[in-house]
Amino acid sequence: MSIDNGYPDVGNKIIGKSFTRLDAHDKAIGRVKYVDDLCDKSALCTRILHSSVANGIVKSIDTSEAEKIPGIVRIFTCFDVPRHYFPTPGHPWSVEPSHQDVADRLLLTDHPLYYGDDIAAVVAEDEIAAAQAIRVLKDKVVYEELPFVLDVHDAIKDDAPLLHPDYPGNVLAHTQIHQGNYEEAIKEEGLIKVEGWYDVPTVQHCHIENFECFAYGEGDDRYVCYSSTQIPHIVRRCIGQALDMDWGKFRVIKPYVGGGFGNKQDTLYEPLCVWLSMQLGGRLVKIDVPREETFVNNRVRHGERFHIISYLRKDGTFAARKYEAWADQGAYASHGHAIAAKSLNAFPQLYPCDNIEGDAWTVFTNKPVAGAMRGYGMPQGSYAMEANADDCARALGMDPLEFKRKNLMPVGFVHAFSGNELYSDTFNQCFDKGDKTIGYTKKYEEYKKPQTGDVRRGIGVATFWYNTAVYPIALETSSCRMVLNQDGSVQVQLAETEIGQGADTAAAQMTAESIGLTLDKVHTVSCQDTDVTPFGTGVYASRGTYTLGFSVRKTALEMKKRILEYAYELTRMQPYIMDIIDNNIVRKTDGRILMSMKELATTALYSRDHSVHLTSETTAHIKTNAFSFGCCFAEVEVDIPMCRVRLLNIVNVHDCGQVINPALAEAQVHGGQSMGIGYALSEKLLFDQKTGRPLNNNLLDYKLSSFMDHPRLVGEFVENYEPTSAYGTKGLGEPPVCPVAPAIRAAVAQATGCFINEIPLSPDVLYKNYVEAGLIEEEGGEH
Amino acid sequence: MYDIKALYEAESVQDACRLLTEHPEAQVIAGGSDVLVQVREGKRAGKELVSIYMLDELRGISIDKDENVRIGSLTSFSNITKNPIIQEKIGVLGEAVNMIGGPQVRAIGTIGGNTCNGVTSADSASTLHAWEAIIEITGPDGVRYEPIKDFYIKAGTVDLHQGEIQTAILIPKSSYENCFGHYIKYGKRNALEIANIGCSVNVRLSDDKKTFDRVRIAYGVAGPVPMRAPSAEEYINGKEITEEHVEQFGKEVLKDINPRDSWRGGKQFREHMAVVMAQRALRESIKKAGGDVK
Amino acid sequence: MSERKYKTVHFTLNGKPTEKNVDVRASLTDMLRNDYRMTSVKKGCEVGECGACTVIIDGEAFDSCIYLAVWAEGKNITTLEGLMGPGGELSDIQQAFIDETAIQCGFCSPGFILSAWEILNTGKEYTDDELRKLLSGHLCRCTGYENIFRAVKKTMLRRLGKYEEAEKVNDQAIVDTDERKPFASLDPTVQA
Repeated sequence: MSIDNGYPDVGNKIIGKSFTRLDAHDKAIGRVKYVDDLCDKSALCTRILHSSVANGIVKSIDTSEAEKIPGIVRIFTCFDVPRHYFPTPGHPWSVEPSHQDVADRLLLTDHPLYYGDDIAAVVAEDEIAAAQAIRVLKDKVVYEELPFVLDVHDAIKDDAPLLHPDYPGNVLAHTQIHQGNYEEAIKEEGLIKVEGWYDVPTVQHCHIENFECFAYGEGDDRYVCYSSTQIPHIVRRCIGQALDMDWGKFRVIKPYVGGGFGNKQDTLYEPLCVWLSMQLGGRLVKIDVPREETFVNNRVRHGERFHIISYLRKDGTFAARKYEAWADQGAYASHGHAIAAKSLNAFPQLYPCDNIEGDAWTVFTNKPVAGAMRGYGMPQGSYAMEANADDCARALGMDPLEFKRKNLMPVGFVHAFSGNELYSDTFNQCFDKGDKTIGYTKKYEEYKKPQTGDVRRGIGVATFWYNTAVYPIALETSSCRMVLNQDGSVQVQLAETEIGQGADTAAAQMTAESIGLTLDKVHTVSCQDTDVTPFGTGVYASRGTYTLGFSVRKTALEMKKRILEYAYELTRMQPYIMDIIDNNIVRKTDGRILMSMKELATTALYSRDHSVHLTSETTAHIKTNAFSFGCCFAEVEVDIPMCRVRLLNIVNVHDCGQVINPALAEAQVHGGQSMGIGYALSEKLLFDQKTGRPLNNNLLDYKLSSFMDHPRLVGEFVENYEPTSAYGTKGLGEPPVCPVAPAIRAAVAQATGCFINEIPLSPDVLYKNYVEAGLIEEEGGEH
Repeated sequence: MYDIKALYEAESVQDACRLLTEHPEAQVIAGGSDVLVQVREGKRAGKELVSIYMLDELRGISIDKDENVRIGSLTSFSNITKNPIIQEKIGVLGEAVNMIGGPQVRAIGTIGGNTCNGVTSADSASTLHAWEAIIEITGPDGVRYEPIKDFYIKAGTVDLHQGEIQTAILIPKSSYENCFGHYIKYGKRNALEIANIGCSVNVRLSDDKKTFDRVRIAYGVAGPVPMRAPSAEEYINGKEITEEHVEQFGKEVLKDINPRDSWRGGKQFREHMAVVMAQRALRESIKKAGGDVK
Repeated sequence: MSERKYKTVHFTLNGKPTEKNVDVRASLTDMLRNDYRMTSVKKGCEVGECGACTVIIDGEAFDSCIYLAVWAEGKNITTLEGLMGPGGELSDIQQAFIDETAIQCGFCSPGFILSAWEILNTGKEYTDDELRKLLSGHLCRCTGYENIFRAVKKTMLRRLGKYEEAEKVNDQAIVDTDERKPFASLDPTVQA
């Protein structure tokens, strides 16, 4: 590859190597500071009063008794807050009103739309006083109770209670895809119809650090907010919108974050926290969300219902396909229809077919708000699409892997809207590699033979569709600043936040490679501060490594140009015959080291001749996107009478282009697999149907997989250099979670012959299905 | 920070009895893994607590003069599992309490707390029922003993009078001698779990190991309090060890148990599990006793 | 308002005797974080489920969130801060967490490292299932536990002088499914 500025291109000295993550040492000794670690002990505590109705109007809240509790500073109710409706999702803002996010939130609401909605806030000197006040206040709220609706199909009925007057039928949005002529195509002779309803549950991110923020006043009517967020610049904007004030009045600081997974890609309690501080003269106020409220009052993953009909020819090709999806948005728009739309758009791409009819609805219900979560609609969509593909293979009597290879997006496929192209034979390469590692082909044949007994085995494979970043749906931009220190080392600043995934390390590796430094000479500034950090939108959409790559590269090359131009002043060698290699200025013609970076940097800063602070800062506006595909193989053992699935082996293979850091990439795959295992087997947020109250919003009753529920995890890669990418890389943060649940579903189905269309495959679900299938006697035990 | 009205720390068992008499509203806190969670939830917020956690005299496992296995009420789950007397005489108890929560909870949780909270899902409770444990209760007027089945009155309530604390759990020799047991905990995950249903079985076989001399079975979460399954026991005692008998034993438990329908698990599902678990736990117990199912 | 009552507790923290006048309502997490600034002790659930607040008390791992601060009296308590040597030397298990990429967001890491340290200090060799059970008091959403498992197992083997076996740990991730093993949860031989 060549670039246009005449300077050497990146090599692969540092890119592609498993360097230790930059923050590993500090995290291993417990030195890194998260939001709570930075909050001064003098902070006032906040507890939120949540509604005990799923839909209603707050008529009054009598605060007089609660205010008498010693230690209470102030109680603010929904009647006290400004009525500026604001949006929350971590999307780049759109300057065109038609593309702007839905502004439907208030700091506190007098019309709670789900059980647990925020109706008042208690600020107290300590958490006990605040909790006591909440207990008193609970009985002091007068509601006008309204009917509520919890299920998406009930919510779209004519007589359903309407959550938002602007959205008739409770439909936030409905989009469609039409390709060819479905109705005509299904008339073809001899087609096999494969139809299924597929259900996926509401789940939660469960980052181990709960969301927390604190705020205080600074200077003249400015406010600082520390937040556990993925998106500091977006949060700053949303605070401004919520309070109807200039955005520059707010400074958002993001320290280390204990996991985000998309939940922290939303503005959560930051606007309320700043407002509370403002009401109290800028005093330090914190909002630390207890685990129970994290489940309910942050964001959840959309539960979704799918209906897929495939018409197959006997040769195993698709004649026509229909896709319908209803995504459960919960009470407020948050990320809105983007999630359901993503999987709708994936449907005709993953298994292209001439005749497709697709519809997706995002539907309001009186439940906690759904937002972004690792995979952004694709764990849901992949489950349904791959389950239907497996059902198709079964109907045809084909090996599902063969069926998938035959029908998946072919090499050379170009998606017209995004311009994304499948450049390589990624699907088959990933399948081949995974097959070899887990022994799929052999095991598939073995487990296909009739099995008897209580304990049976099966193996499954699934793939998924994914892309990187948000172009062309929304803006893609990344800005970077590099500063040369006195010793020749370089600081890198980016708005792509480190939340555990390793963004800082990837950025440092790219910088070192592009400038010609060793990794120890690059310091990524880990914590973002909107007063200091270059503008950017944060991390989400598996965009971090891809998008920051463009700005890092552009900035590094500009930095390098400036360094070499300064080197010219010192060496009289033309910049274009010099290079920077391993922290030295080297003459390319003979490889001689002319001077070290340290000498150059010290001279540049302290020279009486020509003193200059060498820095560079650029913005990359990105107008590309890249497919990022892969697959998962899962092998299971099912104990039928015990209604238990034991995952024996799991292998994911991904093509994320050039792997920047193999160890960190593998770790990303493990995390996605783990989240997928929980999704497939145990996780589901439950609600009381009579009240809408969440039932299992704690880590005991919500079944996040434990250490004992996991087998060893295997993550592998095929590396097809991505031509649209600054360093050949593309998205990996989210893809690993997408294919896991359908792979496990397929394996469980092979073991038992029972194809179950809902997840999680928890004991109660297996019991119900195995009784229906006659695998278990209704009352009986073993036989 | 916990919303505790007052914390009284007992310095001896007698002191604990005195404090509880003086503060009739106070709640005993042993390890606190249940009580503190309830304080945080608000259920027990603002209450007085009498802490007995520091009373080391209530820790430890021994064989007393009557050859009972004596477990001090404050003995932690982890210490029960590691204890050689338990491993030799009533290994299943060590195995059962080793399935509670995770290791850190097993370090703080006590067997006294596990039984005094009167919860049906307590992992130790079904085994203690199946081994006919005797509860030692100390009060202002001295010590009294009570069979565990009488100690449990109803869900959440045990037979402790004003000023009394549980000080030990005894397993009589007649209960453990030549007995071998197995516990199955059924949950949705393999750790950090509350029992969806728990089943503890133990057997004493005839000398030739061909016949069930005595089989005892007890459940957690098959009713409001831990319970035995007398019909199943009656059915199998004295019978030859055959697969048919093992199967029928499982089915017999349905005459005894009455699990409830809840979002944690349906009644029918729990009944199904109870049967499977009875059969599996019995087979495993036979194996441990050196027998073989024909 | 509950009564604000204080009590002086005397204990050893990371090898150093100390005493503190502490609010009797405080959890050990509260005391360690607020009064001693031991911020490696994390709050993740406050009910003893997630394990992020783990500390070692008299050689055994405890959830400090459900442990009253006043119970620290006479105890020997170690937090992650106590594992580092006087010159900043890391313990082998901390180094292994770094080397095996067992740390991502880092929030569960202090607790995990302390439990691992306790396990390794027994000097025993555990089976894979036993290690999983011994580490099962911690939840992690980032790692899927895989690299944590590698770090602990490798350190265990190295401490036992089994260096070659330690090097093979990463390559043994696919279980041979010809060996039928019972469910771990139902297997009484898996004991801590």
